[in-house]
Amino acid sequence: MRYRAEQCVHSRFLLLSEMSKTTFRIWRGDREGGEFRGYETEITEGMVVLDAVHQIQAESAGDLACRWNCKAGKCGSCSAEVNGMPKLMCMTRLSDLPLDEPVTVQPMKAFPIIKDLITDVSWNYRVKKKIKKFKPRPPDAEDDTWRMAQEDIDRVQEFRKCIECFLCQDVCHVLRDHDLHDEFIGPRAMVYTAALEMHPLDTEDRTEELRKAYGIGYCNITKCCTKVCPEEITITDNAIIPLKERVVDDFYDPVARFLKRLGRGKAKAETEAPAAKPD
Amino acid sequence: MAEDQTFEFDVLVIGAGGAGLRAAIEAASGGLSVGLVCKSMLGKAHTVMAEGGVAAALANVDDRDNWRVHFSDTMRGGQYINNWRMAELHAKEAPDRVRELEAWGAVFDRTKDGKILQRNFGGHKYPRLAHVGDRTGLEMIRTLQDHGIHQGIDVHMEVTVITLLKDGDRVCGAVAYDRERGRFRIFHAKAVVLATGGIGRAFKITSNSWEYTGDGHALAYHAGAELIDMEFIQFHPTGMVWPPSVRGILVTEGVRGEGGILVNSEGKRFMFEDIPDNYKSSTADNPDEGWRYVLGDKEARRPPELLTRDHVARCIVREIKEGRGSPHGGVFLDIAWIKEKISKSEEHIKRKLPSMYHQFKQLADIDITTEAMEVGPTTHYVMGGVRVEADSQMSTTVPGLFACGECGAGINGANRLGGNSLSDLLVLGKRAGEHAAKFAGEHGAGGIDQSQVEDAKRWALAPFERFEGPGADPEGAYQIQHSLQETMQDLVGIVRRGDEMERALGEIKKLRERAGKIGVPGNREFNPGWHTALDLDNLLTVSEAVARSALERKESRGAQFREDYPEKDPDKWGKVNNVVRKAADGSMQLKSIPIPEMPEELSKIIKEMG
Ligand SMILES: Cc1cc2nc3c(=O)[nH]c(=O)nc-3n(C[C@H](O)[C@H](O)[C@H](O)COP(=O)(O)OP(=O)(O)OC[C@H]3O[C@@H](n4cnc5c(N)ncnc54)[C@H](O)[C@@H]3O)c2cc1C
Ligand code: SF4
Ligand code: SF4
Ligand code: FES
Repeated sequence: MRYRAEQCVHSRFLLLSEMSKTTFRIWRGDREGGEFRGYETEITEGMVVLDAVHQIQAESAGDLACRWNCKAGKCGSCSAEVNGMPKLMCMTRLSDLPLDEPVTVQPMKAFPIIKDLITDVSWNYRVKKKIKKFKPRPPDAEDDTWRMAQEDIDRVQEFRKCIECFLCQDVCHVLRDHDLHDEFIGPRAMVYTAALEMHPLDTEDRTEELRKAYGIGYCNITKCCTKVCPEEITITDNAIIPLKERVVDDFYDPVARFLKRLGRGKAKAETEAPAAKPD
Repeated sequence: MAEDQTFEFDVLVIGAGGAGLRAAIEAASGGLSVGLVCKSMLGKAHTVMAEGGVAAALANVDDRDNWRVHFSDTMRGGQYINNWRMAELHAKEAPDRVRELEAWGAVFDRTKDGKILQRNFGGHKYPRLAHVGDRTGLEMIRTLQDHGIHQGIDVHMEVTVITLLKDGDRVCGAVAYDRERGRFRIFHAKAVVLATGGIGRAFKITSNSWEYTGDGHALAYHAGAELIDMEFIQFHPTGMVWPPSVRGILVTEGVRGEGGILVNSEGKRFMFEDIPDNYKSSTADNPDEGWRYVLGDKEARRPPELLTRDHVARCIVREIKEGRGSPHGGVFLDIAWIKEKISKSEEHIKRKLPSMYHQFKQLADIDITTEAMEVGPTTHYVMGGVRVEADSQMSTTVPGLFACGECGAGINGANRLGGNSLSDLLVLGKRAGEHAAKFAGEHGAGGIDQSQVEDAKRWALAPFERFEGPGADPEGAYQIQHSLQETMQDLVGIVRRGDEMERALGEIKKLRERAGKIGVPGNREFNPGWHTALDLDNLLTVSEAVARSALERKESRGAQFREDYPEKDPDKWGKVNNVVRKAADGSMQLKSIPIPEMPEELSKIIKEMG
C-alpha cells in the first residue's frame, strides 16, 4: 500500500490552508530612494515568497519589479532579503515563516538598487571577467581528449553547482558593510577561482592575483557565505581556505612553486586529489 | 526623452541560451564584431534549467552506439517528418561539440575509465546522454558563458528585442529596449541570429519561465520568415502537480532513466499495458528485464517508462481521466522503490538526482528517496519554429536571418527526444554562427529605414498612452495573458479536437482585439506590466500559429493527438509539413509542403535499424 492518497498530506500544509490573508512589507523605490509598502494577499498551500510577490504584482502592483526565471532554485535570479535573510524567493516557503507578522521583502543590500527588488549585480560579471580563464593542458588520451577520474573532479563539481545568485556576495561583510568591491572579489568569485585552480586539466597560475588583485586576505573566514549558499557549497572550507593555503605556500616557497609549474598539472601537486591518469 | 542608443555589429545574436552563446562564440572566432542580446542576465536562460543531459553518440558506455543509431532514433522519435538533413548533421556532429565543451572547462560525470559518462533516456537506444548529475544545462551554459566572455562579444543583458529591421527582403538590424530604464537600443547588423527559445508561456501549465513568449518565432514571422511544424508542442509527461504554486515545474526524465517507475493509484505499473507496435521489439515486457536494462545489461530491453514523451504523457492523461490518478490529479513516479534492488539507494538517488531531491524536499515536503512523487504532464518544448536551411540555418525566405536552438525547427519533427535539444543547440548553434559570419563577410550593411524604427517605438509606448489618454478604458495585460493560457491549455492541449480548436481561434481573435486596448500604469523603468504587454503580442501570434497548424493536420502523430482523428495518416500527413507565413494583407497563411525524399544512404539506415 505504498501509493495511498494520504501519503502527500502533511500537517503543516493543512495548517496553512486554513489561513487566509497575509501582509507583506515590500520595499518599493529606485536609485533615488524608497520605502516599505504594505500589501495583503491570499495565501494558499505550498506557496513560496516569489508566488506572493507575483500575486501582488497581478492584483495591485503591476509595476512591482523582481527578477525570476526557473521558480525552482536553478537559475539564481530571484535573490532578495526575506525577513532580513538573504534568500532565493522561489525556494522560501511561506509555511516556514511566521505569518502572524508581516513578511518583509527587500532587495540585496550589497549592490546598488535599480528598482524595487532589483539590484545592479553587473559588478559580479565584471569581476569574473578579470579572473584568468581556463587553460587546459594539451589532450593526452589517444582520442585527442582527456581522461579524468570521478574522484578527481568531485570537488570541482561542487563548485560548479554555483547558480550565481550572489547571495554569498550579499552577506559577506567585506562587501556588504565595508564596500570593498574594488579590493575583494568576494566569495562567489573565490569559488569560481577555486573551480579553475582545482580543475585537473587547468595549467594557469592565479596565486599572485589571488593575493593582490583578488584580495583573498580580506576574507577572515567568518563563514557567513557558506551559511546562505542555496547550493550548499562549502565555500569557506573547501574553496577559500585551500586557496589561502596555496597563496601562502607559493609566497614562501617560490622554488617549489616553480618546480610544480614545470610538472604538468599543479592541481595534483597542491591538493590531496590523486593524479589524473593519462589514460 | 532620452536619445536612442545605436550599435553596429557584423553579427547580432538575439538570445543567450546555449544556442545563442554557441552561435556568438562561433561568429566571433573569425574576428567579426558580435553583439549578443538577452532578456535576462547572462547565464539565466532556459538552458540553465536543463537537467537530464546532452545526447551525443560518444559510445563511451555502450560501444554499439554511433551516429547512425542516433540519427535513426531521432527520426523515429520525430515520426519521420523531421528534416532528415538536420537530423543527420546533428547526429554526426554532436560528439565533437560535446568534447569541445570539455576543452572549454566543462566537467561531465565520468565513467570508470575516466571518459564522459552517459545515461539512458527515452527513445535513445543506448545510454547516450552526457550529464552532470541532474544539472547538465547549468554546466553547459556556464561553460559557454565563461568561455564566451573572453571572446570579445558585446553583451547586452536585460534587453528585449521588439522588432527586426529590414532592407528590402533582407534583415539589417533590430530595435530593442533595455528593461532597466526602458530606453531604446537600435542595432545595425549585417546578419541576425535568432536564438530566443520557446513558447511555453502560451499554456497555463508549463515548465517554462516568463521569457518563453515566442519572441523569436514572432519576430521572424513578422519579418517574412516561415514557421514550420507549429502544431507540435511537447508536453513533458512528468511535471510537478502539487503544491499548486509549483504545478508544471519539471521532473527530469533522468528519474526514469535511473530506474523510476510510473504507478497509478491501484499500485499498477500502467506503462506495461500500452506499448506501441513500433517499439514492442525494443521494450521490456516485465519489470525484471526493465531493471536489468537500467543496470546496463546489454541484452535487456528498455523499461516502458522510457518510451517517447508524447506516448508516456498520453498514458498518464488516460490514467487520470479514468480515475486512477494520484490525490492531486497526477500519477505516482517512484524512484524510492530501487531500495529493493540496491543497497545504499538513498545515497545513490541523492548523488544521481540531487536537484530533484532538493526540489521535492523544499517545495513539496517529499523525500524522494523514501516516498513517491506525484507528477503530470506539463508544456515543455516547441518542436515548431523558424523554417531554415539545414546546413546554414538561414531562413528559407529572409536572407541574413538565421535561427537555432528551440526557436529554430525541423530537426525534431513531430516529437523531440530528451537530450536532443542540448545537442541540437550546440551543433546548429555553431552552424548558425558560422554561416551568419559568412553572410556578414559577403554582404555589406543594409540601409536602416528610420520609419520602421519609429513605428516600433510608437507601438511599444502606446500602452502607456492608453492608460491615461482621454476616455481611457484600459485592459490589463496580465488578465489577457491569463485568458490566453487557459484557452490554449483547454482547447489546444494534449488531446485536441477540431471544434475546440476552431473555438480557440475565435478566442485568440477576441483576445487580440482586447490586447489592442491594453493600458499600462507606471513608467518605463523596469516595469513588468509593460514587458508583459509587449510579450503578449508574440504569444498571441504563436498561439494562432499553433492552433491553425494543429487544426489543419487531421491526424495523430507524435506530440499531436487528435481525438477526432486518432490514427496516423501516412499517405497524406506523413508526407508533409505545415508552414505558416504572414500574407501581404497581414493575415496568417498556411500551406502544407511536401517533405523532400530522403537519400538512399539515409533511408537504408532507417530500414536497417527498424
Ligand atoms: C526544466 C527544463 C529541463 C530541460 N531539460 C533538458 C534536458 O535534459 N536535455 C535537453 O536536451 N533539453 C532539455 N530541456 C530543453 C532545453 O533546455 C531547451 O530547449 C534549450 O535550453 C533551449 O535553448 P536555447 O538556447 O534555444 O534557448 P534559451 O536557453 O531559452 O535561451 C533563450 C534566450 O533568448 C533570450 N530572448 C528571448 N526573447 C528575447 C527577445 N525578445 N530579445 C532578446 N532576447 C530574447 C532569452 O533571454 C534567453 O537568453 C529542458 C527544458 C526545461 C525548461
Ligand atoms: S568567510 Fe570570507 S568570503 Fe565568506 S562571508 Fe566571511 S569574510 Fe566573506
Ligand atoms: S556560491 Fe552559492 S551563494 Fe554564492 S553565488 Fe554561488 S550559489 Fe549563490
Ligand atoms: S527563480 Fe530561479 S532561482 Fe529563483
